[in-house]
Amino acid sequence: MTELLAERGHVFALTGAALIALGFYGFMAQRAVIRRLISFNVIGSGVFLLFGGTGYSAAGVDPVPQALIITGIVVALALTAFAAALAVRLAQGGDRDDGTDDGEAGP
Amino acid sequence: MSLAFDLALCAFILGAAALAVAGRNLFGSVVFYIVYGVLIALAWLSLGAVDVALAEAAIGAGVTGVLLIGAWQGMKEAGALEDSQAPPWPVRLWAALGAALTGGLVITAIIALPGQDGLTRTVADEQGALALGNPVTAVLLGFRAYDTLLETLVLSAALAAVWSLSPERVWGGIPGPKHVSRPDGVMASFGRLLPPLGLLVGVYLVWAGADQPGGAFQAGTVLAAVWILIVLSGLRDEPRVSSLPLRAVIIAGPAVFLGAGLAGALAGQALGYPPGYARTAILIIEYALTVSIAATLALLIAGPARRLS
Amino acid sequence: MSPGELLITALLALGVFFYAAGTVGLIRFPDTHSRLHALTKADNLGLGFIVLAAGLHWGDAWIAGKLALIWLLALFAAGMAAQLVARAALKPEPRE
Repeated sequence: MTELLAERGHVFALTGAALIALGFYGFMAQRAVIRRLISFNVIGSGVFLLFGGTGYSAAGVDPVPQALIITGIVVALALTAFAAALAVRLAQGGDRDDGTDDGEAGP
Repeated sequence: MSLAFDLALCAFILGAAALAVAGRNLFGSVVFYIVYGVLIALAWLSLGAVDVALAEAAIGAGVTGVLLIGAWQGMKEAGALEDSQAPPWPVRLWAALGAALTGGLVITAIIALPGQDGLTRTVADEQGALALGNPVTAVLLGFRAYDTLLETLVLSAALAAVWSLSPERVWGGIPGPKHVSRPDGVMASFGRLLPPLGLLVGVYLVWAGADQPGGAFQAGTVLAAVWILIVLSGLRDEPRVSSLPLRAVIIAGPAVFLGAGLAGALAGQALGYPPGYARTAILIIEYALTVSIAATLALLIAGPARRLS
Repeated sequence: MSPGELLITALLALGVFFYAAGTVGLIRFPDTHSRLHALTKADNLGLGFIVLAAGLHWGDAWIAGKLALIWLLALFAAGMAAQLVARAALKPEPRE
């Protein structure tokens, strides 16, 4: 019984490994910023799943990885929010209409 | 749940991830990422990690999804939406090789991992000292509270960084577009009906979080959703980002957290809780954090300042 | 299979049918507003049947009540989301 439950954790851990690979591919091969952001988040949740899956036992998922995963989800969100805002700001180009720009008006 | 269910779920997760990472249509990728997030939340539920499932559904799928849609919209308006042409084949080849290598190494590591007992027992044994029923909350705000403290600071720092991207002419202004709705329309009436319910759910989540699944982050996300709902239905506008009361609310959670750590220092142990008062201190921190997290998440979604009025 | 189980299975099948119908509408209908029409009506009905089946399956009035509340909340949330999508679709697209 315990072995089967350990295997259950392994199913998710291996899925996590596959997700890390998938996200890695997207992060390297894709050009669109939004898609890279998505890939980065896929890597992240793959790591979390790997972490939780290997921490799984008959008593459920170890609470320490659980807490660290929740922390990780929030930190990933903070980074995604900043990256998304940065990407949009870059796309908009510099401050074109206030004169304080350093001369680089976007495309 | 059965192994067949887990296998099917994992297959769906991988399919959704593949479509999100390499789908043809960019907006479709964003939508599939949200689907992926919900499926991952189901995976956590299947593993019995309800706290993580809640956090993943609310933050990983919900808030991240909204952020990605916002970024898509912003780039479209700026006319900079990249076309989704496939990358050249050498790039794809090398990326695929690198991905295969990474995945292979990780899988080898999983297989080589020695069986371990983990910390479940240790947490269960020590949990009593904090008088908390939920082991995850005990780890988050007790045994590894410094992680959580730094995490809340990361969240505030991200908000400061997003605000710093405001254009000069609207510096300190109001983020997001202005929403108007007919006062007797669906938006306005639902915007009045749903926030009290959302408030109830949010408060319940943090109240239950001490002993059952839930907690400050999950509750904060629900409250942030309430905030966004009110703004979307045009009942209230976003505050100016230079508003002092707003900044006080954002920093209140980390400040209370740090304050508790300093109080611990005065009592003899920095970042420790005075014996006997751990539960009280943790509950106060959780409530303060909930409010700060709600405001921070709502404003992270709203983005940099965009207008002055 | 007991009559109760049969009823639950039938309700689940009905729910799945409405979900499938909504999905077919989502894929086949030509524009955003008719797609929304398919999604908001059929899927919420499908969810209702599944909630009903789940309530009967657990056979506990307390749980069934909670599930009914969740369904109600999902209805309101779906209505709100549909309204937002419909509005976004009404706005003229900046450029494609």
